[in-house]
Amino acid sequence: MSVGREKYKTRQKRDSIPYSGPKVPYDLIKEATIAFLVVAILTTLLAVIFSSPDESAVTIKQWAMSDPLDFVTTALSELDGTSPSSQYGPPYNSGTSAQQHVGPFAPQKWAGQRIPVNSAQDFVLSPLSQVASSVPILSQSLASWNSATSKEREDWTSNYSAALAKATANGSKLLVPSGKYGPVGEMMSELLLMANSGALDASLTGNSHFYGTDYTKPLLFLADGTYLSGLAQNKHLLGTQWGMMNETGNWPGQAWLWLYTFWYQIPPYNTSTNADALVMTTMLIVSAGLLLLPMIPGLRRIPEYVPVHRIIWRDWYKSNKTK
Amino acid sequence: MTRSEKDDNLSDQWTAKVRTLVVEKLPPEKLLPDTQPAYLTSWAYTFGILTISALSVVIISGTVLALSGPSWWHVSSIGRFVNSLHLWSVELFFFFMVIHLWTKFFMAAWRGGRTLTWMTGVIAFLASIGAAFTGYVSQLNFDSQWISTQAKDGLNSTGVGAYFNPLNFGQMLAFHIAILPATVVIIVVLHILMVRVKGIVPPLPKKRNEILDVANEYSGDKK
Repeated sequence: MSVGREKYKTRQKRDSIPYSGPKVPYDLIKEATIAFLVVAILTTLLAVIFSSPDESAVTIKQWAMSDPLDFVTTALSELDGTSPSSQYGPPYNSGTSAQQHVGPFAPQKWAGQRIPVNSAQDFVLSPLSQVASSVPILSQSLASWNSATSKEREDWTSNYSAALAKATANGSKLLVPSGKYGPVGEMMSELLLMANSGALDASLTGNSHFYGTDYTKPLLFLADGTYLSGLAQNKHLLGTQWGMMNETGNWPGQAWLWLYTFWYQIPPYNTSTNADALVMTTMLIVSAGLLLLPMIPGLRRIPEYVPVHRIIWRDWYKSNKTK
Repeated sequence: MTRSEKDDNLSDQWTAKVRTLVVEKLPPEKLLPDTQPAYLTSWAYTFGILTISALSVVIISGTVLALSGPSWWHVSSIGRFVNSLHLWSVELFFFFMVIHLWTKFFMAAWRGGRTLTWMTGVIAFLASIGAAFTGYVSQLNFDSQWISTQAKDGLNSTGVGAYFNPLNFGQMLAFHIAILPATVVIIVVLHILMVRVKGIVPPLPKKRNEILDVANEYSGDKK
């Protein structure tokens, strides 16, 4: 056995011997009661003085009425398959734009498409088909879209996308120059009308069920636009603004996520296309290191080198100078 | 059957064996001690009990919020106050827990067969981060919209997002009010029991190279 190992075992033996030296009175229940009362009072004071944030959730209606151009631009990108969600990859679909890996490991791909999302169908075509029966022209437009070739669809959406650059918003309405858009112009107009009335919120959140608790689709749709991120930027919540650990207003947020958020601010993480996978892997290693610290030679002896223990036990050291 | 035979049979019982083991490992004077080693003289020792106290306030305020449903605090001034209690008790909980963790680190509190005590503490810390995160994404407001849409990419990149979807309010709420709090409480109880079984860790030698052969003194042998 090496000298170092022998010393370590000796120390372990010394530290595991049940203590039977001098003792001091210790009223556990009294200390716990006082601690609880102190924390309860402190919590109440903080709650009374600072309250808590509650910024209302953004609705699809609010988005469409406040920024109809961003809404229609996003909806069109869902329809033509160029939005972040439509190209995302697992767990939503077979895209690859957000699929990340660390070296040869791609756990995102391994998990598969467990939460299927078809952006065109779920965010545009399906909601429109729900109101098509009461809007004959929309019904014809959808039939036209469904029977069109890929080339025709691509031409229509491409032309409409170019026209959106010249579109002007008039309140919650959007004025788009006329052009060769096939049924796309009518479909986008109807979707905007639906959004302005609040019907699209109900369609995306409720789906075909009476009860709804899964907001995956409306949140993905919202996040594909620039309206939500614009609001977040104004509230200093972007990833580059340490967004994951912050919350609206001046409340402390999830300060304990500082290390997780920190990695996103520095290279190579903030320049990598695999930033999320790299950060998560780094945090996994850091967490495992913290968990297994007592078993890691060298690291487990850091406290012996850093004299904080001399402050913690200073009274004990003073009263045991001979030791 | 004689008394002795009966006792022998009882000692084979699983219940009797578990009771014997529990009483042996954790006699009442260890579970609820009225004295502690004389080296327990620092404020650093109070952060464990402060953490548990804050966790108690978190659970009580969270239970009140849960009783009235997730939308209540948005429309009721009393609900908003209870939510504020919940928020600030969580902030205090993490504040105390992090100080507790760092002081235990600098005390090298895993020494002397206390490795599992340290590990349960770290697991409680990590599970608490999960519990707080699911709370933030279950708020039904702008914060939960933004945090969930940002967090999905990190979770999806590991494959975890396929099973733990921050955009699914129902799933997050279940994790927040049932699965993760139960996990945290169970681990914290195990952590406390381990502290009680092993006792508080003895001081490090004052100087690193000091040969502090105090083992005999700790065991009461003052030769």
